[in-house]
Amino acid sequence: MADTEKIIEIQVLRYRPEQDKEPVLQSYKVPFTDDMSVLQGLQYIKDYLDETVSFRWSCRMAICGSCGMMIDGKPKLSCKTFLREYYPQGLRVEALAHMPIERDLIVSVEDFVTKLESIKPYIIPKEPRTLEQGEYLQTPQQRDMYEQFSSCINCMLCYAACPQYGLNPKFTGPGVLALLHRYNADSRDGGQAERLGLGYADEGFWGCTAVGYCSEVCPKGVDPANAINQNKMNSAINYFTRFVTPGGADK
Amino acid sequence: MSNRRPYVRSMDGWWKRDPYFIRYMAREVTAVFVAAYAVLLLVGLVRLGQGEAAFNGWLQYLKTPWMLVFHLIVLAVFCYHTWSWFNIMPKTMPIMFVGGKRVQPGAITGTGLAASVIACLAVLFIVRGMS
Ligand code: SF4
Ligand code: FES
Repeated sequence: MADTEKIIEIQVLRYRPEQDKEPVLQSYKVPFTDDMSVLQGLQYIKDYLDETVSFRWSCRMAICGSCGMMIDGKPKLSCKTFLREYYPQGLRVEALAHMPIERDLIVSVEDFVTKLESIKPYIIPKEPRTLEQGEYLQTPQQRDMYEQFSSCINCMLCYAACPQYGLNPKFTGPGVLALLHRYNADSRDGGQAERLGLGYADEGFWGCTAVGYCSEVCPKGVDPANAINQNKMNSAINYFTRFVTPGGADK
Repeated sequence: MSNRRPYVRSMDGWWKRDPYFIRYMAREVTAVFVAAYAVLLLVGLVRLGQGEAAFNGWLQYLKTPWMLVFHLIVLAVFCYHTWSWFNIMPKTMPIMFVGGKRVQPGAITGTGLAASVIACLAVLFIVRGMS
């Protein structure tokens, strides 16, 4: 069956720092077909209705992590969400919650990127090996300990889902803490001591109150709430034992 | 000159924004009821220390209509409390394997709920046996 053209109303939260005091909703009528994503709807707006609308995107296939936005109030990847789900009532798109809006649907990622760098998101080898010694071996079970956490695409949907981050932007936040755990849980990695200082700080694991919405909205099944909360036990043990182990308090 | 003027949105009333947040807040509020009930039981302990008459007075007080209503409310709240906390429990557990297979979140929640039901029944039987 040929797709008959339908029209859907997309409300876009606009913010143009040079002219808007605060964000305002602007409505567009967009013709769409059942196979069109919300991102494609926005691209239609930009191409045919209003070239000033700004938004981020790249891969269109849920892997680059740049197209996250609030769609009817829920953090979602706009390339992975279909317009047809919002027909006929229409939909509202806004910049990701809890982050400063730069322009229209674009948020500032500075805070996230700074935090991401701070946890050293790369393997710090446990033992240096020469090429002749060959690769670092790992059993499937050792891989399972971190694999799901390594699926993160840095889309920041979990930050938009986390009220603790919204209330206190100093909180390291779900995605970055999940990546911290991803490297610490890797049997090849020897950087735990360097990263755990950040994890055990007030802004680390303890900033989380187990709301759990981050894991719900994550498009990659990372389950950041699990990565964070399974560290609280070790953090508590560390907190109490540092008083009894010689020199432990300095750590 | 830069036109940058990042706009920070207010967090006022954040918990009303999403039903998920409302359920989270409900879970947190149940903890207040748990604390209140613990105080009630502590009072009972104090009364017990004050002798039989004092303790019986406390028992009588528990049987007043208002206290019965209070208990019904608390029972409902505790059920939600138990469910919501065991529901989030899988998030607090490290990744576990049994017989080479990953333990699923549902299994952890189910075990927790089953354990609390068994504990309740055990307490009930012990109390019945004593009275
Ligand atoms: S944990 Fe999930 S939601 Fe958070 S940034 Fe990574 S992929 Fe996105
Ligand atoms: S455009 Fe890359 S994740 Fe949506």
